[in-house]
Amino acid sequence: MSFQDKLYPAPTNSFLKQEDLDKRPILDVRNLGIDFGGLTAVDSLDLMVGRTEITGLIGPNGAGKTTVFNMLTNVYTPTRGSILVDGVSTAGKKTYQVNKMGIARTFQNIRLFKDLTVLDNVLIGMHNDMSYHLVNSVLRLPGYWKQEREARQKALELLGIFHMQDMAQLQAGSLPYGAQRRLEIVRALASKPKLLLLDEPAAGMNPSETAELMDTIAYIRDTFHIAILLIEHDMNLVMGVCEGIAVLSFGRIIAKGTPDEIRSNPQVIEAYLGKQEG
Amino acid sequence: MSNFFSQLINGLQLGSIYALVALGYSMVYGIILLLNFAHGDIIMIGAYTSWIVMAKMGLPPVAAIFATVIVCTLLGVFIEKVAYTPLRSAPRISLLITAIGISYFLEYGAQLIWGASAQVIPSYYNVAPISIGGVKISFTAILTIAVSVVSMIALALLVQKTKVGKAMRAVSEDTGAAQLMGINVNATISFTFAIGSALAGIGSVLYCCQYAQATPTMGSMLGLKAFVAAVLGGIGSIPGAMVGGFAIGIAECFVSAIGLSVWKDAVVFAILIVVLLVKPAGLLGRQLQEKV
Repeated sequence: MSFQDKLYPAPTNSFLKQEDLDKRPILDVRNLGIDFGGLTAVDSLDLMVGRTEITGLIGPNGAGKTTVFNMLTNVYTPTRGSILVDGVSTAGKKTYQVNKMGIARTFQNIRLFKDLTVLDNVLIGMHNDMSYHLVNSVLRLPGYWKQEREARQKALELLGIFHMQDMAQLQAGSLPYGAQRRLEIVRALASKPKLLLLDEPAAGMNPSETAELMDTIAYIRDTFHIAILLIEHDMNLVMGVCEGIAVLSFGRIIAKGTPDEIRSNPQVIEAYLGKQEG
Repeated sequence: MSNFFSQLINGLQLGSIYALVALGYSMVYGIILLLNFAHGDIIMIGAYTSWIVMAKMGLPPVAAIFATVIVCTLLGVFIEKVAYTPLRSAPRISLLITAIGISYFLEYGAQLIWGASAQVIPSYYNVAPISIGGVKISFTAILTIAVSVVSMIALALLVQKTKVGKAMRAVSEDTGAAQLMGINVNATISFTFAIGSALAGIGSVLYCCQYAQATPTMGSMLGLKAFVAAVLGGIGSIPGAMVGGFAIGIAECFVSAIGLSVWKDAVVFAILIVVLLVKPAGLLGRQLQEKV
């Protein structure tokens, strides 16, 4: 059974965990579309992502990939269609509430809080997780100290997983490029997402950094048991790490399938390279 | 020497008030890039609140202090919700013009209700001046400096150490990324206005301890000088607002002390011009390109 006509629940890959197979998808997008004025940027988009699945969203420049991410996080309000995150509709939710529902993302052009320390960046990611009341924090009651300490502990642990604990007190903007990319992922993970959106995580990386990133992506899925949806132009990364791939062209999905299916799909080749003569 | 010392104390006293008001300007600018010109007039409403509670209602000064700070806080948040929130996606110039409009609205509204003449605020307390090394220092000066310093330390802790402070810094750096990290941007902005206005409320009480009267336009010059202080320190920077406030206050007092008191306002604005020419980002401001 191919990914294309997959009806959840259904296995897509041998290393999906058995317990995931019977659960509803973490992301269930139906007939999604958005118009900007008279221009239809994305249309009739159907996409499902399993609970611990790594899915790639690829397509030529301007195909609408980042627009899809912006709709998933309600930065843009879709004109049509529905988005269910773990079975709950995101319609009418504010962006910060979508984050609470379990979606976190990174950005194509890194958007860290550059003037803040690495640790503070991660702590901001944990924002929703900390529940102490303002009164507690102003009066510095024991509840505040306890939560603050626990949050710091958790943030350092998380940084430790990605070998960044030594950088905790550095200014985020002063980190080398690769570390900034990693920090963005750590910050997104700090909000305990069920679905992590990565917008061109390998942009600007050299082949060895990209190889390391592939390991990191697989590692995140296996460690945190979350789903990952990524936009990427680096075909080595997409083909190497994704279990399912959807190809977007001119705002529509033109193909879905496993890496092997996508590689040999004539429509995909046409979208990327143009139509072959004769 | 003792004259120098007493002028320094005067400068610090005046500077504390400028600093408290400048903090409100700077925090709001830092978070939504708005020069909130209605901020000075919040102090004026605070002064009238003190006057109403003590002179009209005959309640004790403690009630007046609490009422003033609470009214200022609520007024700041109310202005933000009614006047600025609907313009969140409008060009910045619209926000600025709205702020000036709100400022006039408050000034002339107050004049309509309470009249143009000054209302005398009863004194909050009666404590004799304290003599240190032959220099008489008024209790008000000590109180003003102490309360301001404590408020600023509390603010610094709030901004540096708490979740809501981190949210404020995150929103001020990148609003879009902050909301994608789960931060409620609107609530954070309202909170910033609340804190800034509460500091203005405290500033209002301290100002009225020294100059015990309320007039409709009293907030205008005070607000402008605090604005200069914020620009001098680097608008958007919290430590900058503190440094700028003290610097402006001390400069003003020393200019008066050498017999040029007619020129004291001019000196403050001359400082503004020089800062804008020489170091537009201010003493502690970030040297960065315009946010677009």
